[in-house]
Amino acid sequence: MAQLVATLASTHHPFYLKATTMPPEQQMPQAPEWKRKVEAYRETLARTKPDILVMIGSDHFHQIFLDNCPQFLIGKAPRYDATFYNEEREFGIPKYVLEGDEAMSRFMHQHLMDQDFDFAFSNELKIDHSIICPIITVRPQNDLPVVPIYTNIFAPPLPSPRRFYNLGRAIRKAIDDYPSDKRVAAIGTGHLSLELGGPRQFMETGPDPVFDRQAIEWLRNGDIEAILDNVSHESMIKSGNATQGFLNFILMLGVAGPENADYVDNLDLFHTMEAYFTWYPKEQAA
Amino acid sequence: MSKYYVNKFLFTVDRDPEYLKRYIEDPKSFVATWEQSIGPRLNDAERSTVNSLTEAERQALVNHDYVALFEMGAHFFLNLTMYIGIYDEPYMEKSGPLSFQREFAAKLQHWRDKDYPSVET
Repeated sequence: MAQLVATLASTHHPFYLKATTMPPEQQMPQAPEWKRKVEAYRETLARTKPDILVMIGSDHFHQIFLDNCPQFLIGKAPRYDATFYNEEREFGIPKYVLEGDEAMSRFMHQHLMDQDFDFAFSNELKIDHSIICPIITVRPQNDLPVVPIYTNIFAPPLPSPRRFYNLGRAIRKAIDDYPSDKRVAAIGTGHLSLELGGPRQFMETGPDPVFDRQAIEWLRNGDIEAILDNVSHESMIKSGNATQGFLNFILMLGVAGPENADYVDNLDLFHTMEAYFTWYPKEQAA
Repeated sequence: MSKYYVNKFLFTVDRDPEYLKRYIEDPKSFVATWEQSIGPRLNDAERSTVNSLTEAERQALVNHDYVALFEMGAHFFLNLTMYIGIYDEPYMEKSGPLSFQREFAAKLQHWRDKDYPSVET
């Protein structure tokens, strides 16, 4: 059977590439520290020598729109174009082509259906920055096939936090049951507190630094009970109108299981708290 | 009111460099064109007959009035990315990085401690 070798959950900041590659005299003061932290985080993936990446993100109205809006969707294609015109324009993210793994996509789709997660699917999926940002940060050589999974964190009504956690558990089971000798890493991105297009956007910190610190501790301790007791759609929106991106962290904790994280780092940037977590399956942890 | 159709405007224009250019250069004329031939489009062959903008929505789009759009419940991401696409560069040249984003936030301060208008469609 396939082996899950690492679960990574992080924020995705679309300005990382631009912020750390512009001429040094124009860079923001935190850019060198940000780059160091991202490169250290990258190493937590590299050391596990993965063969395939299962990548969880959320389309930001690039391919998916309100005329046809799935809650959960899996890509099943031999390869995936990435980066839309307005992401190049706004964030300076280049175009990519990601290799797919149709066999694993097909297996996971069926397995998730069999676990009562009725996924939508796409045979022609163009990937947006929710999946390209982690390629840029943790696998910039873009040399591995991916199985992309999209969740709806944007267009209400959204599935419950518990449903996101249970989906993570189901994804873990599907990876564990995949009849292959491949080494699989699961990588998902989302947000801590975040405000976009509202009165609390682009402040000196994220809109709810108290939530951010608490969320990091919950994830560090793998404390799914505390998360499910305290986090609801209403509470997330109070912490910032785009905070439902935290649902993808809950999903990734489901993939890892309710365990302490093996690697935790964070960086207080203008307008967001960046956070980086890695879990290694316990039987392999050093 | 058609939040969906306002969002469709923001979605279709923000993702298309030619539409965006026309919306910057002559918003009134472009919004009229959009309502006539772009908004109703479902694909190369099919047209929808079911949506239309209200006068208030039309005026908000013509005036690049992101405060009014926020208050109507336009999706926060589409409303932000559209007007960053139009104003980020000129504001940056004049007043430095993030100056447009901060002005956007400042104009919405009266919502700060209230429940925001729902973006559900």
